[in-house]
Amino acid sequence: MTVSNAAAGALPERLAKPARKPVRHRNDSRFSWLVPTLYILFLAVPIYWLVNMSFKTNEEINSVFTLIPANPTIANYKIIFTDPSWYSGYINSITYVVMNTVISVLAALPAAYAFSRYRFLGDKHLFFWLLTNRMAPPAVFALPFFQLYSSFGLIDTHIAVAIAHCLFNVPLAVWILEGFMSGVPKEIDETAYIDGYSFPRFFVKIFMPLIASGIGVAAFFCFMFSWVELLIARTLTTTDAKPISAVMTRTVSASGLDWGVLAAAGVLTIIPGALVIYFVRNYIAKGFALGRV
Amino acid sequence: MEKTWNNKAWFMVLPVLLLVAFSAVIPLMTVVNYSVQDTFGNNVFFWAGTEWFEELLHSQRFYDALVRNLIFSAVILAIEVPLGIGIALAMPRKGWAVPVCLVTMALPLLIPWNVVGTIWQVFGRVDIGLLGHTLAAMGVNYNYVQDPFAAWITVVVMDVWHWTSLVVLLCYAGLVSIPEAFYQAARIDGASRWSVFRYIQLPKMHRVLLIAVLLRFMDSFMIYTEPFVVTGGGPGNTTTFMSIDLVKMAIGQFDLGPAAAMSLVYFLIVLLMCWVFYTVMTNYGQEKD
Repeated sequence: MTVSNAAAGALPERLAKPARKPVRHRNDSRFSWLVPTLYILFLAVPIYWLVNMSFKTNEEINSVFTLIPANPTIANYKIIFTDPSWYSGYINSITYVVMNTVISVLAALPAAYAFSRYRFLGDKHLFFWLLTNRMAPPAVFALPFFQLYSSFGLIDTHIAVAIAHCLFNVPLAVWILEGFMSGVPKEIDETAYIDGYSFPRFFVKIFMPLIASGIGVAAFFCFMFSWVELLIARTLTTTDAKPISAVMTRTVSASGLDWGVLAAAGVLTIIPGALVIYFVRNYIAKGFALGRV
Repeated sequence: MEKTWNNKAWFMVLPVLLLVAFSAVIPLMTVVNYSVQDTFGNNVFFWAGTEWFEELLHSQRFYDALVRNLIFSAVILAIEVPLGIGIALAMPRKGWAVPVCLVTMALPLLIPWNVVGTIWQVFGRVDIGLLGHTLAAMGVNYNYVQDPFAAWITVVVMDVWHWTSLVVLLCYAGLVSIPEAFYQAARIDGASRWSVFRYIQLPKMHRVLLIAVLLRFMDSFMIYTEPFVVTGGGPGNTTTFMSIDLVKMAIGQFDLGPAAAMSLVYFLIVLLMCWVFYTVMTNYGQEKD
């Protein structure tokens, strides 16, 4: 890293004069928009079809093939917003996802600081062990989780799912935050201590604002992986804390063919994710690299 | 960065340690416990020793699922990594198009996995799905419920749809971190498009590419929800990957012993692969620093 940084610092001095427009792009820029556009089209078509279906009646879905709804209806959405077994699924999902995000980030902050600043007995092994939990297939843990949480009487509670999701979210949060924290020079810590800051005060007042984008990115990832996970969430809940995605699977198998409502429910599960992405859009690029570019 | 040796740092790691230990170590011990015992219900257990492991290692069903999963992961990596790099290279670097690209591309990553399954299940159906209907109208015989080949194509395309964006965003992050000066230097040297990619862009993406490969390998190797929703592991067993097989065994048939043995072997395989990746990654990092 240091080598490339030094090179980057030296180069502009030598090349400071020519403020020409990048000539390099001239040949390929005419068609380079084509590739991302095609890709986005490929991403959008299945989602378009889901949205399209959610505004149709079941008769229309099953009888005729139309690219836009002939008689747009919001009946499917009405069913979801008026039936408690549907909308409580959304509330449950959001509840445990938020709980998990808060727990994961709070626990990961001091640990990530320790990993980024200190060497201690078994630190590398511990870090690897944490990462292995991110790699553990959820299918392996589904059944023992059920038994563990039953014995604590936690089945069908939000906190059970929130803690279970910590299995893969905490290691990820530690990994991301460690990357961002390592980018903050150690001299800042030392200066603060010389200025008489205690550790907690330094951490909250000085250090956390410096890695604010890292915290945002870690929270985003925790939200994302907790929101999309189904297997563990479904195993640990029966009725009171059932996530929306599990409510969907049950409805499919029970009534079989209520495609319109299913599509509407699917569309509504996309919206929270879209909102979250919109808020972190400026950090996405750096965030996906886990602060390690 | 030079790190100080301080064993008190353990106190900072303690909350994470307890939290993860509760969710990881106790369940893992349960699995180990089951893997060496047999039961006829009623919570009566018998010592079974290594019986389940021997059975597993001689079971064709296990090897079939393992091979299918390895092929799946290989196909996924072979498609998504080059495609992701290509799209990241073609993406705009400034202007209004950047946030539009980023937000729309990140969208599939935040859709719950079973909804992804549902989307493709509906999309591919011949009677009501756009894809299935269009292919049928073009005279292509496409039916993912009965035809193993179509089922595989559907599952692979679905995964490409779902996860290529992750590779794109990672590579994009690597690319935007390259200072413009590097390109200017290359232009002065008269470097071709290919050598710019080979000697400037690829080395800068090395780190993020490793993360991308690691994440994509892990997640494709433990894929469960999406193929389960779309094909249910069928037709026959042709899309039954390791996780699907495991859940079938553990929760469907309640064969705790064999399922636990399979869990452990499965976990060890993932662990081994990840240890290799991790070693490669950290060694690479040290060489660089």
